Amino acid sequence: MSRVGIVALNTFREAVRDRVLYNLVFFALVMIAASILVGQISIDIESMVIVTLGLTAISVIGLLIAVFIGVGLVSKEMDKRTLYALLAKPVRRWEFLLGKFGGLVLTLAVNTIAMAVGLFLAMSLIKRSGEHLEGAVLVAVYFILLKLALVVALALLFSCYTTPLLSILSTAGLYIAGLFVMEMRAVQSGTISPALGALLRWLSYVLPNFGNFDVMAAAAHGRAIPRALIAQNTAYAVLYCAVVLAAAAAIFTRRNLK
Amino acid sequence: MATAAIEIENLSKDYPFGFLNLKKRTSLEGLTMSVENGEVFGFLGPNGAGKSTTIKLLVGLIFPTAGTARILGKSISDISMHADIGYLPEQPYFYDYLTAAELLDYFARFHNLTAQDRKSRVERMLKRVGLETAGKIQLRKYSKGMLQRVGLAQAILHDPKVVILDEPMSGLDPVGRREVRDIILELKQAGKTVLFSTHILPDAEMLCDRVGVIVGGKLRGVGAPDEIVGMKAQAMEVFFEYDGAEAGLLCLLKKSTQTGKRYRLQLPEAELYAALQQLGIAGAKVLSVTQVKATLEEYFMHLVEADRAQAPAVEVSGK
Repeated sequence: MSRVGIVALNTFREAVRDRVLYNLVFFALVMIAASILVGQISIDIESMVIVTLGLTAISVIGLLIAVFIGVGLVSKEMDKRTLYALLAKPVRRWEFLLGKFGGLVLTLAVNTIAMAVGLFLAMSLIKRSGEHLEGAVLVAVYFILLKLALVVALALLFSCYTTPLLSILSTAGLYIAGLFVMEMRAVQSGTISPALGALLRWLSYVLPNFGNFDVMAAAAHGRAIPRALIAQNTAYAVLYCAVVLAAAAAIFTRRNLK
Repeated sequence: MATAAIEIENLSKDYPFGFLNLKKRTSLEGLTMSVENGEVFGFLGPNGAGKSTTIKLLVGLIFPTAGTARILGKSISDISMHADIGYLPEQPYFYDYLTAAELLDYFARFHNLTAQDRKSRVERMLKRVGLETAGKIQLRKYSKGMLQRVGLAQAILHDPKVVILDEPMSGLDPVGRREVRDIILELKQAGKTVLFSTHILPDAEMLCDRVGVIVGGKLRGVGAPDEIVGMKAQAMEVFFEYDGAEAGLLCLLKKSTQTGKRYRLQLPEAELYAALQQLGIAGAKVLSVTQVKATLEEYFMHLVEADRAQAPAVEVSGK
């Protein structure tokens, strides 16, 4: 197994042993409660309610894990000095970083897939969903996973050079700003100064565009999601993660571990 | 020409600090030394002297401001060098959600060992450090001494040619210290090179072929323990019993340490004969005459005090 894989599997093991996956119990309770309650709501919108609720829960729980564990991926190892013995082994720092990233993404993938299975079970209880709905929900779950990978990469980057608190604030700040990228781009040049307009346009291209990953409304209404968007979002997430991880590696490779 | 196991040339490390990092603190200044193949080398120095800084530079945890170092002929920036070294950090801490056996297996994976080889090595190492019955307990339940033993096990697990130990005796009880000493001696017998830092000078005196003393970021002395303590003037000690008040002996009695009727007197070798004569005339009973051998501790303290008298331990200057 590659050195990246060894670190990734250990990161996954850490998450499992630290009971990160216990959140699934909370998710299961939410879905069971929603399935019971939704039966009392109008028959036409019960699928929509359960899908919206399920995808929101998957997204929020995933984001909490990605941010709060992501910011500790490197800083916790530096604070506790657990990486001192590891970095004396034949493992490069970028391999360690990539392994930590991979391990948390793997944890999130397992978590997200388990929650998605729960969502589909809840959907099957209230049934009457068509192929379109299930396919769209699957794509929405996939997009959530891409978004979470991007959040982990950002958290990891901040974790390499600042404190956990600042990392949380910076990651959360970037996430929120990234939700409004399209709005920044759409600001009419007549309504603000040209300089501010240029700055917003520049920011809209530099900031991670998290809005692109939100297809919850389409999924809830069972609308098919275009394949081009799936390919575009996949390529965007992979490239953005690669750039952020390269920046993290550049910082961490030069960092003195006092 | 045989290459030294560890070669350090003019190695320096400054840490920036203050507003905009405009000031620097020098932790290590122009360190040049070497550790020969198969040698046990003790790195001595007070807290903050630069011992851990040197070790961290060697294993790549921090980067030098100036200078170079090679281990087994390879630059310390060459990742392949890490396959041949074992490192025990100071006050080691490991993933506490793992058991000792899992941690060792995890580290062994980076050395491309087969599953069977890893299993047998892990069992052997746990036994070697006295943790064979605790191998399946999570490390969060380990004491400091047990963690130190795990740290030692992971450092030698892959049979490295060079073993670097930062304060290996720290946190250990006398039994643990003895076991670490035995392991270091076993490594030496197996032809390994061992560099370790320590505060426990009798251990260094007992184990090391050579020691280096570092104070204030500068290397102050290197050599075999016997050699370097031999630099200090030696004295004689006379232990005698006396119950009188002979006026001719008053001068000697004043220089002595008294316990009841017994006196302990230290004096230069040149003055010994005259003193013995005086004691004989006064009717004192000489119990023993021994040569006072300077200890490594005395030499160490002498260097530390000299450094304190000359300059502060660290240099602070604006850029």
